[in-house]
Amino acid sequence: MSIMEYNGGSVIAMVGKECVAIASDLRLGNQALGISSNFQKIFPVTDRIYLGLPGLATDVTTLQELFRFRVNMYTIKEEREIQPETFAHLVSSTLYERRFGPYFIEPVIAGLSQTPSGGFKPFIAATDLIGCLNFAKDFVVAGTASSKLFGVAEGLWEPDLEPEDLFETISQTLMNAVDRDAYSGWGCVVHVITKDKIITRTLKGRMD
Amino acid sequence: METSFALTGKGYVIIASDTTAARSIVKMKIDEDKVKALGPHLLMAHSGEPGDTLQFAEYVERNIRLYNIRHNYSLSPSAAASWVRRSLAESLRSRHPYSVNLLLGGYDVPAKEPHLYWIDYLGTMSEVPFGAHGYGSYFALSLLDRYHNPDASLEEGIATLKRCIDEVAKRLIVSPSKYTVKVVDKDGVREIEV
Repeated sequence: MSIMEYNGGSVIAMVGKECVAIASDLRLGNQALGISSNFQKIFPVTDRIYLGLPGLATDVTTLQELFRFRVNMYTIKEEREIQPETFAHLVSSTLYERRFGPYFIEPVIAGLSQTPSGGFKPFIAATDLIGCLNFAKDFVVAGTASSKLFGVAEGLWEPDLEPEDLFETISQTLMNAVDRDAYSGWGCVVHVITKDKIITRTLKGRMD
Repeated sequence: METSFALTGKGYVIIASDTTAARSIVKMKIDEDKVKALGPHLLMAHSGEPGDTLQFAEYVERNIRLYNIRHNYSLSPSAAASWVRRSLAESLRSRHPYSVNLLLGGYDVPAKEPHLYWIDYLGTMSEVPFGAHGYGSYFALSLLDRYHNPDASLEEGIATLKRCIDEVAKRLIVSPSKYTVKVVDKDGVREIEV
């Protein structure tokens, strides 16, 4: 019995053309027993950054509250919104603070960072439970279905997808991966972040 | 074994908990009330390590009362649940964590909505239409999946709860004999007979 698999749940993020997508399942369980089919693991950080927190459910809530506090403090002190790169390092250092008694969470960060010319560049990153950053150019996965997500994403993802095509790709990847994982599933939520809007859709999934 | 159920309906939450206080294989008491009224519109069922449960329930009760006195208004069910969850999450990483599982139900008076929160000793919290703790949950949750209706009247809600109690009595080896059942709605908290 691993504590990382106690509640179940998975998150994935993908890069597209001037857009990023992040998606998760909605299950909360106690090992094999399902408790809730509406447990959110993805949270908005700013208008252009979303954070996914798969892992132990108590730490999902604790860390969500902690990051909300730290991002609010950053915004007040700096008088500007936090950028995804900076936020990724905030996540990393917050987790490393608890190096020898960690939060059991593997965060996934997806956002659009502002370029000096005023444009937007897609950004995704993931860390392990002690904050080791992994910047990826294509996709990142985490949670109990991560091994399955890697396989499906490797097959479906391609560069420079438009928002609607990216939505389809990430949805199919997640839905098919969680169907092979007993601890993830029970519906999914997908967010596609583009420069002028966010598309959020809830997907129905198998309820077994 | 200890069992508690809760479900929401049209404008109410019903919380039921068995009344046994057991130590090892011995029933020490059969009329223990394990559903506490935390305020005029808030109920909490507590189960787990004996001693911890009552200590923690009273700690929560007094702190919610203190908030009430200091600010002259009650915490909403969601605010109370968040506070209770954080107390348990902080306790989990302390030297002596509380081993308490909770079902927290309340009626949000300004919003005119019932809310139910499932909370375990780790500090895991989820808002649910129905929930259960203990061995009874393995029987009750599948029954509630089939029969729960968020728009059911109080009578229909009680009938659904009875199905859960009967099923546990029928199928669980160490089934409890008696339950306390409490309801919270717009008129406040009250105990009912089933």
